[in-house]
Amino acid sequence: MKSMETAIISGKGGTGKSSISAAFSTLGERVVLADCDVDAANLHILFNPSQEEEEIYIAGQKAVIDYSLCNNCGLCMDYCRFDAISLFGGKIAINEVLCDGCKLCYRTCPMKAISMIENNKSRMYSGTFRNGKMVYGRLAPGEENSGKLVNIVREKARQISKAYNIENIIIDGPPGIGCPVISSITGANNVVIITEPTISGLHDLMRTIEITSMFNLKTWVIINKYDLNQELSNDIEKYCSDRYLNFAGKLSFDPKVVEAMVKCKSIVEYDPASEISIQILNIWKKINSN
Amino acid sequence: MIEPKKIRIAIASGKGGTGKTLISTNLFYILQQLNYKVTLIDCDAEEPNVMVFFKDEGEYEHDVVQKIPVIDEHKCTYCVKCQEYCSYNAIFLLKDIKAIRILEDLCHGCGACSVACVYGAISEKEISLGKISGFHSDLHSLIIEGRVRVGVYSPVSVIKAAIKEAGNNEIILMDSPPGTSCPFIQTVAVADFVILVTEPTPFGLSDLIQSVETLKTMNKPCGVIINRAGLGDNKVYEYLIQEDIPLLMEIPFDRAIASHYSKGEIVAKYNIDWMALFADMFDAIYEKYGNSDY
Repeated sequence: MKSMETAIISGKGGTGKSSISAAFSTLGERVVLADCDVDAANLHILFNPSQEEEEIYIAGQKAVIDYSLCNNCGLCMDYCRFDAISLFGGKIAINEVLCDGCKLCYRTCPMKAISMIENNKSRMYSGTFRNGKMVYGRLAPGEENSGKLVNIVREKARQISKAYNIENIIIDGPPGIGCPVISSITGANNVVIITEPTISGLHDLMRTIEITSMFNLKTWVIINKYDLNQELSNDIEKYCSDRYLNFAGKLSFDPKVVEAMVKCKSIVEYDPASEISIQILNIWKKINSN
Repeated sequence: MIEPKKIRIAIASGKGGTGKTLISTNLFYILQQLNYKVTLIDCDAEEPNVMVFFKDEGEYEHDVVQKIPVIDEHKCTYCVKCQEYCSYNAIFLLKDIKAIRILEDLCHGCGACSVACVYGAISEKEISLGKISGFHSDLHSLIIEGRVRVGVYSPVSVIKAAIKEAGNNEIILMDSPPGTSCPFIQTVAVADFVILVTEPTPFGLSDLIQSVETLKTMNKPCGVIINRAGLGDNKVYEYLIQEDIPLLMEIPFDRAIASHYSKGEIVAKYNIDWMALFADMFDAIYEKYGNSDY
């Protein structure tokens, strides 16, 4: 059996990506759900998965100075291209926020006064939730390379999909268009972009489509809360049809989606007969029909 | 003459779409109306949206560049030292068949490979990572936008350049990228105070906690604005009391606000009450966290 990967992204944050991912994950068939928004993973709050496996993820390194060896020569300052090393009160100091972990100071220090320490607070978890299996990453605050952690989460999701014979993998991606987003969508069978009828939403949608077309991915667009600005919603729909993008559908603003979240349920679990739940089911069928 | 106090305020949120840009653009507009010398930096370089709300034309722009190594294959001995020095796996090298390639997307431009190579086989070229644009909104105020080129992996260099561009201006507002990883840290690291914008939902709370915990490790003072108040539940309020974090303002969920925002309009132009609400909030922060010792 081949896995079917559907990645849900948005460019702009807060358009309803995670709520829609949660709904897609609870339509009936069992799924493997990969929460790739490792910066702000949220789906475990709704689904409270069991924690069966935990893996440590090393997110780069940071340089530290041993002052008993440092002779203040300043060579490291000259080499550092990240403005991370400066003189502070007569002493060489490394700013850990600016340090990129390139190791050049460590390699060039004539006194061997610099060592590298690993950022090892990030984790990947996997377990079982009420409608299948779930994998999620948790990037420790301030740590980098979330794209690599995303890749690890996705690889784990594929393994689980094979091992448990679950066809559908749902990927809840991060906002933006950078490395973690690229890692979340490359190789996915379907990419679904959730947008909203605001000028910011449209602007971010355009940039997000540039990314998905760079990677030649089958891309769908959903307008969420379309009734908050009907006119702009029509503009976005037209934008999609002018560019031969697959328009998956639009969803109305419904406070029930928030009520469901408060009750730790997806909207289709909370109120399966509601109009929005039916719309979501139809969109899912459309995406998976060709 | 006494120098006026300076302050840098970051407007941030763990969760995306909670209203960061709504707050930063309106606060900017209101301070401008009150004749403050204010600079707004759009640090959300992956998806910059501040300029959607101001129709000004950019007055200047310049590229943010990064250095990338170029290999001279005539001089290269395939000794693999550059590959060992590279911490980002950006050099692909097969010694046996004498093949070497630079994977430009992965390169961070640290220069380690140039230092490693003793055969003079590595030189450098510059590539563009994005753009910094400046907009003078009136005599006193300035908007700076960082915009990453689509396809560039990390926005950090562009964010740093945008912040540098503002220099030591009097009042600096920074519209931060979402999340709590590098792009967020780069932005809040230079702030005197952080306004966290959240919404009263379980997702909003979970991401707020993550942001607050991160700011604690950095010793950054913060306060919270709850947007779309009335939707969701009370858990965010309970958390703020428990953690003793000031609630700076509540903005009720209101279709009129959503509608103005959706059209790229400044809400404060239509909602007169906001002027006093924002000005009071700012005064309290400025009083307590502004400083004169730059």
